[in-house]
Amino acid sequence: MINFVGDPVDMLVNPESLPEEIDRVRKDFGLDQPVHVQYWKFLQGAVTGNLGNSFIFGRPALALIIERFPATLELATCALIIAIVVGLPLGIFAGLNPNSIGTRIIMGGSVLGISIPTFWLGLMMIIVFSVILGWLPVSGRGEMGTFLGIQSSLFTLDGLLHLIMPATNLALFKIAMVIRLARAGTEEVMGFDFIKFTRARGLPPKRIVSFHLLPNILIPIITVLAIEFGTLIAFATVTETIFAWPGLGKLVIEAIINLDRPIVVAYLMFVVTLFLILNLIVDIMYAVLDPRVRIKGEIQ
Amino acid sequence: MINNYLLKIDKLNIKFFSDQEIVDAVSDVSISLMAGEILGIVGESGAGKSTIGNAIINLLDGSAEILTGKVLFDHQNLVGLDERAMRIVRGSKIGMIFQDPQTSLNPIMTIGNQLIETIRFTKNFDKKTAQNEAIELLESVGIDNPKLRMKAYPHQFSGGMRQRVVIALALAGDPDLIIADEPTTALDVSVQAQILELIKSLCKKRKVGVIIITHDIGVIANTANSIVVMYDGRVVESGSVQQVISNPRHKYTKSLIAAVPRSDIKLGRFKSIDFIEGNKQNYQRIKLKNHWLGEKLNEKKSKKAISVFQLNKDFLLKKSFWLKNRVHLKAVNNASFEIEKGESFGIVGESGSGKSTIARLIAGLISVDSGSIKIFDQEVVENKKKSEVVNAQKEVQMIFQDPYSSLNPRMRVKDIVAEPIKFYKTASSDHKINEIVSDLLNHVGLGKASMLKFPNQFSGGQRQRISIARALASRPKILICDEPTSSLDVSVQAHILNLLKDLQDELDLTLLFISHDLPVIRQMCDRVAVMRKGEICEINTTENIFKKPKHSYTKELIKLIPRIENIN
Repeated sequence: MINFVGDPVDMLVNPESLPEEIDRVRKDFGLDQPVHVQYWKFLQGAVTGNLGNSFIFGRPALALIIERFPATLELATCALIIAIVVGLPLGIFAGLNPNSIGTRIIMGGSVLGISIPTFWLGLMMIIVFSVILGWLPVSGRGEMGTFLGIQSSLFTLDGLLHLIMPATNLALFKIAMVIRLARAGTEEVMGFDFIKFTRARGLPPKRIVSFHLLPNILIPIITVLAIEFGTLIAFATVTETIFAWPGLGKLVIEAIINLDRPIVVAYLMFVVTLFLILNLIVDIMYAVLDPRVRIKGEIQ
Repeated sequence: MINNYLLKIDKLNIKFFSDQEIVDAVSDVSISLMAGEILGIVGESGAGKSTIGNAIINLLDGSAEILTGKVLFDHQNLVGLDERAMRIVRGSKIGMIFQDPQTSLNPIMTIGNQLIETIRFTKNFDKKTAQNEAIELLESVGIDNPKLRMKAYPHQFSGGMRQRVVIALALAGDPDLIIADEPTTALDVSVQAQILELIKSLCKKRKVGVIIITHDIGVIANTANSIVVMYDGRVVESGSVQQVISNPRHKYTKSLIAAVPRSDIKLGRFKSIDFIEGNKQNYQRIKLKNHWLGEKLNEKKSKKAISVFQLNKDFLLKKSFWLKNRVHLKAVNNASFEIEKGESFGIVGESGSGKSTIARLIAGLISVDSGSIKIFDQEVVENKKKSEVVNAQKEVQMIFQDPYSSLNPRMRVKDIVAEPIKFYKTASSDHKINEIVSDLLNHVGLGKASMLKFPNQFSGGQRQRISIARALASRPKILICDEPTSSLDVSVQAHILNLLKDLQDELDLTLLFISHDLPVIRQMCDRVAVMRKGEICEINTTENIFKKPKHSYTKELIKLIPRIENIN
């Protein structure tokens, strides 16, 4: 499919080049061959883990992706943590106190969180916090520190400052989602007999919420969030572009604009694999969290 | 002498507030209970009996409010106590047992941990002591190998065992009073007897007061010391068990006792509760003889309505790629029986005995593994001719247990009832169909006005009438009733069963009646098959099953029926 969109050679050579020059470039990249030959060559390479070289960087596409991956992973992980840490307590609060003013504010906020476009909010954040107030850096990844052999901007103050805005921006939609899931789960589980029974047994509310309510609502939330984590990594494009975050999203956007086919293909393969792995993790988590899935059969 | 009472409820008034109306749930109720005594609160659904139980430990729903009255427990008024003070009472002073053991335990926490946390919070024990205490508790409620079972999750226990765990949890804080809200309703007869026996012995051993809330006066008759009968939020009668059951004074109590199906003698009809206002049935019945419904279509010559021969059905319990690792459950194991035309044939057994599976096999809802089913001598298993099967199955209609989930909530009653007529194309025009549906609804006691309503506008008993009308709409010769009244009140049960009897007489129906309730079977059926673990233990006439049971399991079942007749 990707072969039908534009001609990458037009993007690669100077428009004033001679026709011979253009032909040479085309031949170098193997783009003069018929489509099925190109596809066969791609398949041969893919089996050995070689997804082709980037037209622009001239380096293996997969290596480029893996190089950029940590930055995105860092951003997505932070966003996910923010979503859980902020969303879960708010959602449980809303579920436990359906009629309070706090709940109305939280639910109103979650509607805003779902409906405000990410790019607009990102731009607003930059204007307010960086340009007007000057508290946070405008863009980029900042300084990186090394801890236990892992390089990450999480380990330096400058890096964290750079991370706050993009991570919050990316997390906003997820926070709203976690709030809604947690509230629905709380309302459902609180109506169950076993919660009533825990109260009848004389357990304090804190214990009921953290040991009986929470594990039960976490099962569906984790299932959804694991998949959402995949979308965070795969589609952080908008946020990364706005904040000039050197991650996957930025790489892919540039590759698409420049018709750098190998990178786009490698990226798609990478995302598919990522989702497969995440689905596997969800299944395993499910069994860990819910004993009913783990052990079948009954002790008589 | 107020001092002797463990619990004294004084003129309690509770109202439910909703957007539309204010309902008096409990009005002027006074109850008292001594330590070591078992009190039964009996009444039908909506009588306010569970509301009292919840009010005692202050677990009422948000919409309910205690207006006036006192709940004196150990000289302390529990009404108006704040949450903090109430929490000390809950668990350590008053324990509670709920109806359904399936839903009253946290499904993702081991029962050991649930016990330990309860003991730790009610008694302030350290972890080690709490654990030992938990093991002892499990042992005292009759769970074998308690040390190992501590690590098990609720789903790994059977219903009866789970209810034992719930009882252990209710006892964990050493309470002086236990409130059991329908503790055995969700359980089989044999398990019910065990649980009641357990509650009785624990009450004696620990000197706790017990309140059993139930709709089944038979359950209480042999367990409780005294009874309170409730109707419409009021106490209509109270006194000792002997006095209330053998010499009831109030009209409602009398009719409630009379409405309990008797297991000792067979009566012509079920006694209905006439006390309830508006229960008069004044619908017009249609003359069936010359109606569409009574039309004798292709009259069947065969005398055998259903014959089942060596029927088998397995369910896969554990999936596996390897054949030898798969675990099967023999739901129906080599079952054979024959039902004569016009007969009422009963299948009785505990849950999991395969009785519903047989019904579903005959109705063609699930596929048969091996064996043969003939409906009016027409083989329906492994018959290549689809039209013959459809024709044969047209004669069979089914009425399901739960009237709440067996009707499509988004369809109007008219369309629900008309569906079989349309499917089998037995009526010529829409106008005709409408007429038939309205006649049918009239006949089952609902009236024409119900045609345009949706199922949720009806009560449980009325819904079951809709189910019956739907089942009749294809003019079946055979009606399969799978526990048709087990989710209904006694008074409603009497009406539905009487209706089924009348219909059987009028339309010459063959009835396959499935129930776990032996007294109901006794009243309904001519012949009975007793099932256990997929096998038929005994087939005999109803009289013989009840008077001269042959199989040991049948004897056991008959012995376990809670009888109120024993009291007299």
